[in-house]
Amino acid sequence: MKVKAQAVQERNPAAKVPKTGADLFVEALQAAGVDTIFGYPGGAVLPIYDALYRAEPQFKHILTRHEQGAIHAAEGYARVSGKPGVVIATSGPGATNLITGIADAMMDSLPLVIFTGQVGRSVIGTDAFQESDVMGITTPITKHNYQVQRQEDMPRIVKEAFYIATTGRPGPVVIDIPKDISGEAYQTAVSSHAIHLPGYQPTTKPNSNQIKKLIQAIEEAKRPVLLTGAGVLHAKAAQEVENFAKHFKLPVASTLLGLGAFPASHPQFLGMGGMHGTYAANRALYECDLLINVGARFDDRLTGNLAHFAPEATIAHIDIDPAEIGKIIPTSIPVVSDAKAAIEALLAEESSATASEDWCNHLQQYKADFPLWYNNPVQDLTPQWVMQAVHKATDGKAIITTDVGQHQMWAAQYYGFDQPNRWVTSGGLGTMGFGFPAAIGAQLACPDSTVISIVGDGGFQMTMQELSVLQERRLPVKVLIVNNQSLGMVRQWQEFFYQERYSESLLNVQPDFIKLADSYSIKGVRLDTQEQLVQQLPSLLQSDEPVVIDCRVLRQENVFPMIAPGKGLHEMIGVSR
Amino acid sequence: MKRVITATVQNRSGVLNRITGLMQKRQFNIDSISVGKTEVEQISRMTFVVEVEDMQKLEQLTKQLHKQIDVLKVADITDHAIVARELALVKVVCPPASRSELQSIIAPFRASAVDISKDSMIVQVTGDSDKIEAFLELVRPYGIKELTRTGVTAFLRGHQPQTADGNTYSLITN
Ligand SMILES: Cc1ncc(C[n+]2csc(CCOP(=O)(O)OP(=O)(O)O)c2C)c(N)n1
Ligand SMILES: [Mg+2]
Repeated sequence: MKVKAQAVQERNPAAKVPKTGADLFVEALQAAGVDTIFGYPGGAVLPIYDALYRAEPQFKHILTRHEQGAIHAAEGYARVSGKPGVVIATSGPGATNLITGIADAMMDSLPLVIFTGQVGRSVIGTDAFQESDVMGITTPITKHNYQVQRQEDMPRIVKEAFYIATTGRPGPVVIDIPKDISGEAYQTAVSSHAIHLPGYQPTTKPNSNQIKKLIQAIEEAKRPVLLTGAGVLHAKAAQEVENFAKHFKLPVASTLLGLGAFPASHPQFLGMGGMHGTYAANRALYECDLLINVGARFDDRLTGNLAHFAPEATIAHIDIDPAEIGKIIPTSIPVVSDAKAAIEALLAEESSATASEDWCNHLQQYKADFPLWYNNPVQDLTPQWVMQAVHKATDGKAIITTDVGQHQMWAAQYYGFDQPNRWVTSGGLGTMGFGFPAAIGAQLACPDSTVISIVGDGGFQMTMQELSVLQERRLPVKVLIVNNQSLGMVRQWQEFFYQERYSESLLNVQPDFIKLADSYSIKGVRLDTQEQLVQQLPSLLQSDEPVVIDCRVLRQENVFPMIAPGKGLHEMIGVSR
Repeated sequence: MKRVITATVQNRSGVLNRITGLMQKRQFNIDSISVGKTEVEQISRMTFVVEVEDMQKLEQLTKQLHKQIDVLKVADITDHAIVARELALVKVVCPPASRSELQSIIAPFRASAVDISKDSMIVQVTGDSDKIEAFLELVRPYGIKELTRTGVTAFLRGHQPQTADGNTYSLITN
């Protein structure tokens, strides 16, 4: 075969090609107002990529170097923008490479619309080349899924998918497109563009009786606490929640994913609760007599042993998903609603109740007596200190994405988020490999923000191939590797619960991350001391180029305080030095 | 406790898979499922008999079912006046000499012999699960060669006596 180098270089203006199902697909994406999609081509999506090529659509296509990179990027994009993340992958291995990200988005309620190629309809079910049962595999990890059976249904299905992904409790929706559906010219007129979902009517406005009941509970409570979850962020209700907390003088604790829903620097903020939460937040959750949960799902990492979670409290739970209410904890005041609508309704009651001063002072005392702590040597880098330095260098205004492990907990504890939608982390699934691609998506959604991907030396190696995207697009993402030369969180558990048997958790051999960055034409810097960091970090983070920072932190540092597995909120260890 | 739950669903491909998958994922024990078309085109009705520990679990189940996009309506009809029916086909060992004896068992159950061969008889019996169990007890001594059951399908009766307690998942509706 003769290689036509020229033809590869030049855009081949659309020769007369009849419109195909894939063109319907591109039109449907345009109609949905998409501005960025993440994907990777392959046999079953060739017609789709051809249509993208011919149509020169308004939206950008970001070619990641692995489908997992594409879907985590879409998650990062969705988390900071509130808009749906869009992904395309081919059938079989392309689709199965997405699975971790789909499961992650399902757990953390992120709106994604995912398109997978499928083998042609005539061979579905025959174990055809690159066939996998995408519908079967994704059913338990999607809010909904479709396989397009007729070309004329394409516009309606795409429209429904965006609607389902972004309304009610957000979540991932998969659309599986057989190759003949996308590849063949279409004759039939489109059946209907109208959404038809009679079984899907999310409740978004609260029941006024429940609102009154909750107000009454606040008025009667002696020790109320407000718990803010990611539902506040999905509902874009941070301002309302702040007003609400201030109005009733409620002490506020946050979940991991809820960080930023209430300003960390506000005096009423007690910190994050749960396994690595602050003493004040966990005591508040333990001692309260009224717990007002807005948009959190009582994850076990928050509650610890359920027998000791808010044992004396009346539980009020505001959630848009009725199935979350009462799932983990019997709830006496259920409010099925969008968080914003519920908080507005609560404020409209014009109650003048406020939390008792004694209770608030009591919690403030905890805050003062048992703050987060770490030992800081003179020279060496401690990870907690690094997080504080990052905060300082960015004035607390950066978008921070993390991977999973110790560095994630330190970032959550020490960065101090004052604004919503700046914190991007994998909470429910705890997916290593998430942080770096998520930063790519976040940077594309917010081109003018400083985006810092705080990753572990372990997790970064799971998706670091996406450095190619930084190189290609010159995206100014800052990768900060918290390099403790170990799978730190695993090492910590082995130290505490397995008598220091460090089974496969020490990374004694590592790539040279500076050379790695260099091979992608990206600046790489290694920082070993506090002095180096103080000198270099601000300019590195302010640069408008991508940077990889290999931050050599103390290897044996542990995350404190901690609630050991199976223990209750009142059994924290490592509360003070 | 055993509960009878019905769901009306959009008759789209994958719906049954989604629902049974959900039950498996959330660790619900299904005794039986029956599915079929309804009087409305494109809408099917499912009847589940499930074994749940307590009311909290039951509420979870109905809420999770309700949450599915293709599910239109979910109801726990156990405590209502209902008609619940199941059909069983039983192939019983039956040499010619036992035929009349078997017929005499069949008659009071309003079951019917739907096939007879030289050494066996297939009996069709319809009714609630207790009735079917009772029938099976009676024919078991003759030797059951094969058995198949459809699982329960159920309806609310046209007239409902007034009861105090409402629906357990009423917080979905405002
Ligand atoms: C895909 C995946 N595999 C395994 C784990 C289990 N795990 C949780 S934290 C962790 C260690 C992560 O090490 P590193 O990325 O270096 O972060 P550190 O804890 O050292 O900050 C592991 C292996 C996981 N969360 N995700
Ligand atoms: Mg590490």
